[in-house]
Amino acid sequence: MNIIVCIKQVPETTEVRINPETNTLIRDGVKSIINPFDVYAIEEGVRLKEKFGGKTTVITMGPAQAETALREAISMGIDEGVLISDRAFAGSDTWATSYTLSCAIKKISKEMGGFDIILCGKQASDGDTAQVGPGISTHLDIPQVTYVKKIEEIKDNLARVQRLTEEGFDILEAPLPVLFTVVKEINLPRLPSLKGMMRAKQAKISHWTAKDIDADLHNIGLSGSPTNVIKIFTPPAREGGQMLVGDTAEVADKLVGLLKGEVS
Amino acid sequence: MDYLLTDEQKMIQELSHKIAEEKLRPVAAKYDQTEQFPWDVLKLIADADLFGLFIPEDYGGMGVSVFNLCLATEELSRACGGIAVCYAASALGTFPIILFGSEEQKKKYLPDLAKGAKLAAFALTEPEAGSDAGSIKTSARKEGNYYILNGTKHFITNGGEAEVYIVVAMTNKSKGARGASAFIVEKGSKGFSFGKKEDKLGIRASVTSELIFNECKVPAENLLSKEGMGFIVTMKTFDMSRPGVAAQALGIAQGALELAVKYARQRQQFAKSISSFQGIQWMLADMATEIEAARALVYASARMIDSGAKDVGRDSAMAKLFASDVAMKVTTDALQIFGGYGYMRDYPIEKYIRDAKITQIYEGTNQIQRNIIALALIKDLAK
Repeated sequence: MNIIVCIKQVPETTEVRINPETNTLIRDGVKSIINPFDVYAIEEGVRLKEKFGGKTTVITMGPAQAETALREAISMGIDEGVLISDRAFAGSDTWATSYTLSCAIKKISKEMGGFDIILCGKQASDGDTAQVGPGISTHLDIPQVTYVKKIEEIKDNLARVQRLTEEGFDILEAPLPVLFTVVKEINLPRLPSLKGMMRAKQAKISHWTAKDIDADLHNIGLSGSPTNVIKIFTPPAREGGQMLVGDTAEVADKLVGLLKGEVS
Repeated sequence: MDYLLTDEQKMIQELSHKIAEEKLRPVAAKYDQTEQFPWDVLKLIADADLFGLFIPEDYGGMGVSVFNLCLATEELSRACGGIAVCYAASALGTFPIILFGSEEQKKKYLPDLAKGAKLAAFALTEPEAGSDAGSIKTSARKEGNYYILNGTKHFITNGGEAEVYIVVAMTNKSKGARGASAFIVEKGSKGFSFGKKEDKLGIRASVTSELIFNECKVPAENLLSKEGMGFIVTMKTFDMSRPGVAAQALGIAQGALELAVKYARQRQQFAKSISSFQGIQWMLADMATEIEAARALVYASARMIDSGAKDVGRDSAMAKLFASDVAMKVTTDALQIFGGYGYMRDYPIEKYIRDAKITQIYEGTNQIQRNIIALALIKDLAK
């Protein structure tokens, strides 16, 4: 089974600061990590390989420093890493990013004689769009299942999975090749091992440019991105609530009064 | 301070740190209270290959390195001195096989120990024989292809949970210290059982038990080295393992200091953070300085052992003595900075004092360490 895991390097913080002039993320002084949801995708990829055999490849689009994220994935058990990096990709939105990744996947597919499963985290912790995974499947014209919480079975070229919903979960079947975006319920990612870390340190990471992956220059980078960011701003902080005090009857009266708009 | 670690050593440090923070710290209080053996955490340490750090590559390990073992033990001890000792005690029980084991013994036991699939333990201490190890009473008499062991060992770390025990017993009482021999005894051997499990002040995640040998039949091929080598095996093992205890003490001290600095910044008194008071600042400065001095000594002694130096007894004793005394002092001062809150179990700092205390006692009390150091000084002069 050939498995491709798509990951993104993100700033290690839940409070992303935005430069109001450029509308871009302030990354200075913030440590970079693998997008937490992608770690579950890596773990699932390694587990599928342990179960079915085959090969796992991790890919990311980003600057040279994103190689660290690929090596970390290798230390968890992924076989190979590919960094897709080119100045021409700068400013890509989710459409251009998913197009770029799909071009790289086509190249991997050609070299490996096809692929079976693509795994992505459900969304990135910085952008929170959840669009790149579905975008890749669209560009590749393969089925997708988002929010996968369990891969139940893969048999006769058919995968049966559970998709997390707000009410519970759906059970879906999809033919291979297929793309899954995964949620954190799917597994408990392992820690890297020392042997894995040593392997990762020595692993050769392939670097591919726009030309290497045969990407149409009109579809990549800022010019290939249909999204226009008009303005980004930090939402105003919520105002504190009001605490009602007193015994139950008193509080209930006050609350009813407030709801009716009689008292303020 | 920069100790010029290699990339591999940095990796060991980083991975052990990650395990300590993500897997040990969140459960440290739980295991301290319940005194359950932390198999789930040890499994994670095993999966990370850390048990391979003290075992040769030929037997499935990552190569024997006391220094690497110290790096891992220090990091794990920062988060929990109790869980860390379950790990380090397996190294103590493994060293005799590495140092004195035959090829067959190494092949049989080391691969499982390297994987962390089995733990080892070292059994010397008896109720009547602590610092006076020469007075052990456990006996081993040879009968055909077996040795028959009788006696009781106590205060044995990993006792009951380990699968592989190195047991020191008298094969010839009339020869005194030269009449002791070391045996590999497997859990489950007929006549080998476990007695009292100790209720301890600290390192409560680890288990300390009594081992009872009642006509226990041990195959003759399980004798380590030769008859009469028991105390040589013991001394050489301790020379190699002491930096590990020192690293445990070092980690406990470092962990306590970090908690104290954090608390001193948070805690407001007299309308200021208490870290703004010089009295507190000087305490923190002394703690940090003493820890750094201990670290330098521990790392130097570990590197010396790894370099293949012959007489390491004095230096490893110094490391263990100094680091454990520093740990006791630093943890006491750290609790002082926490004030009344520090005395309460709701805060993590009191555990550090309890965990630190044992490092002044086991693998040779600090008084015995001083004997070793003094004896080396006098011997040097006599040369």
